[in-house]
Amino acid sequence: MVTIEVNKRPLRAREGERLLAALRRAGLSVPTLCDVPALFPSGACRLCVVEVEGRRRLAPSCATPVEEGMKVMTHSPRAVRARQTIVELLLANHPDDCLYCFRNGACQLQRLAEDLGVRQRRYVGAKSDRKIDLAGPSIVRDPAKCILCGKCVRVCEEIQGVAAIDFHGRGSRTCIGTAFDESLNLSSCVGCGQCLMTCPTGALREQSHVKEVVGALDDPAKLVVVQLAPAVSVSLGEAFGLEPGTDVAGPLAAALRELGFARVFDGALGADLAAMEMAAEFVERITRGGPLPMLTSGSPGWVRFVEEFRPDFLENLSTCKSPQQMLGALIKTYFAQQAEVDPARIFSVAVMPCTAKKAEAERPEMGCGGRPDVDAVLTTRELARILRMRGVDLAALSPEPADEPFGERSTAGKLCGAAGGAAEAVMRSVHFLLTGKDLPNLRLQALRAPEGVKEARLRVGGRDFGVAVVSGLGGARRLLDEIRAGWRSLHFVEVATCPGGCVAGGGQPVGASAQAVRARAEALYGLDADEPIRTAHANGAVQRLYQDLLGKPLSARGRELLHTRYAKREVVI
Amino acid sequence: MTVADVDAVLRRHPAARRDALIPLLQEVQETRGYLSREAILQISRHLNLPAAKVYGVATFYSQFRFRPPGKFHVQVCRGTGCHVAGSARVLQAVVEGLGLRPGETSRDGLFSLEAVACLGACAQSPVVAVNGEFHAGMTPDSLSAVLDSCRAKACDDARAH
Repeated sequence: MVTIEVNKRPLRAREGERLLAALRRAGLSVPTLCDVPALFPSGACRLCVVEVEGRRRLAPSCATPVEEGMKVMTHSPRAVRARQTIVELLLANHPDDCLYCFRNGACQLQRLAEDLGVRQRRYVGAKSDRKIDLAGPSIVRDPAKCILCGKCVRVCEEIQGVAAIDFHGRGSRTCIGTAFDESLNLSSCVGCGQCLMTCPTGALREQSHVKEVVGALDDPAKLVVVQLAPAVSVSLGEAFGLEPGTDVAGPLAAALRELGFARVFDGALGADLAAMEMAAEFVERITRGGPLPMLTSGSPGWVRFVEEFRPDFLENLSTCKSPQQMLGALIKTYFAQQAEVDPARIFSVAVMPCTAKKAEAERPEMGCGGRPDVDAVLTTRELARILRMRGVDLAALSPEPADEPFGERSTAGKLCGAAGGAAEAVMRSVHFLLTGKDLPNLRLQALRAPEGVKEARLRVGGRDFGVAVVSGLGGARRLLDEIRAGWRSLHFVEVATCPGGCVAGGGQPVGASAQAVRARAEALYGLDADEPIRTAHANGAVQRLYQDLLGKPLSARGRELLHTRYAKREVVI
Repeated sequence: MTVADVDAVLRRHPAARRDALIPLLQEVQETRGYLSREAILQISRHLNLPAAKVYGVATFYSQFRFRPPGKFHVQVCRGTGCHVAGSARVLQAVVEGLGLRPGETSRDGLFSLEAVACLGACAQSPVVAVNGEFHAGMTPDSLSAVLDSCRAKACDDARAH
């Protein structure tokens, strides 16, 4: 430990740590636009500059290690003036269309301009004439709003290992783009949306489906139904001022009916069904001898990653569709038949914490006769926007249940909203399939992985399984390398595209703290601790589906509706 | 530029790693005077680097071109000496005269334009090099005459065939 002096007060800091980290721990607010705490500092934005006694120049606190006896002024007039100037310069060529910007109110640049009291246009620069890239199925890029902080580039390369984008050009012509400056659509982008979660401005956003959904709700010829992903109910409340981790499933069902959705289905039932099919597929692979390890296929960014970067593992991917697409297929077949509705009249909406799900719903095989199984995918953010637009106050609504036939769920399906949850859900059912009994303690704490890789050995009916969970594609890529090299003996691997799983997905409210994301996962674990139905095979709705329609897991009808295939994708990588 | 051209270069550097990126880009560009899309992809695969990164590095340096050079490659010096002697006007004239921006090649393949930092002939400023041949003390008018003679030469060559 070293002692430094900050704003004339002593402060204890860890030896060699970054000054910014020490300041933050002490609760001092120093702004930054380019800092990604998990990554090496880039020192690009200079907003975190502070005055250090004895140094001629202002020091960027993100890239300055603490030193014994260092005397720091975080808000000296000179430091504050420098920050003001930086923001004014960033605004010089900014489009300034805040009132029309989808990030209005959630933009860090806007916030800083306000905090620093920028009231005058002292610098006028030429506005960017770069075109918006609208062609991607998941992500929209507006380079004119980009301030070149580089966080998206670093997250894409260093955390996700995709590197679809980088800096191009030099000096005032610098911009961020894909190889050959083509659309994201043609790049190796997997649509995870971690870039837009880290973007401080409105330069990156999701491909919005709000218009399509609102249009369908207004169309009397359509029967609009909605499924909600497991992570959505524990995240959406934050957009309405509720504590992170508040489960709003009940009020949300009421709110969605108020908006005009004819049926509200619980997407966790899709996750239960996926867990059943995946468990059966796993048992089949174990019995037949492979290919192993089986890799989960519920996270569409990851599926796309394997298709692009590691086609040598395509055989290992589970053939199960994602929960969204399983439920989507059932809505336009089983539900349509039960409700006696022409499937062409059904407009099926999925609310997901995810941007990659938008691209998944557009995959040609995810439909029937040219009609997609899922017509529109809203992110958690987009749903919040629609609710606000319609003046729905979540906190004021009494809870209502979800609709039959997809209204019941187990907590296993709900767990799939956090990294490790799918492995836990599948292993609970694998144990039941192999032994006819439930795991003594259903909880698999060793697999609950907020981030990084977790591994556990499970003993099921005399067999020993290696189960791993990894979240974040960079870590997943390293794990695949280790598997290929023979360093790991694994039978089942759950991969979540986003670090921490769906609760930290690219479709979630922007600007949430790490604690808030953690609270969402804890809320899911809380449900699992409190409720009685904790396995996919105990879910009554799932049992009825197998009785009425599917027969048993991996049946011919099931393979047709609930399973899919993959192919190598030729993209610029 | 063909795939084989680039392969020939890459074969000379079988153990190249990411620190060899710029020399490799230069060597590949020397074979045909520019970096094609396929060449960039081949280099990125060879070095196991993302294509977006290789493209990013290549676009950072003005020495790299992404379109085939014209029959006449016009380099306008924008170094300090030439700037003081009026090279900005010379460049502006050629941009307007040829309808090209620096880095571009005309659609008929006759001219390509490049603005360079310094050609090292400051005593003869403003300097313009056409296919490596220096023209001293250029003005918009005298450069226009040089370009006309290029056009005439291209016509003669066409007739000779």
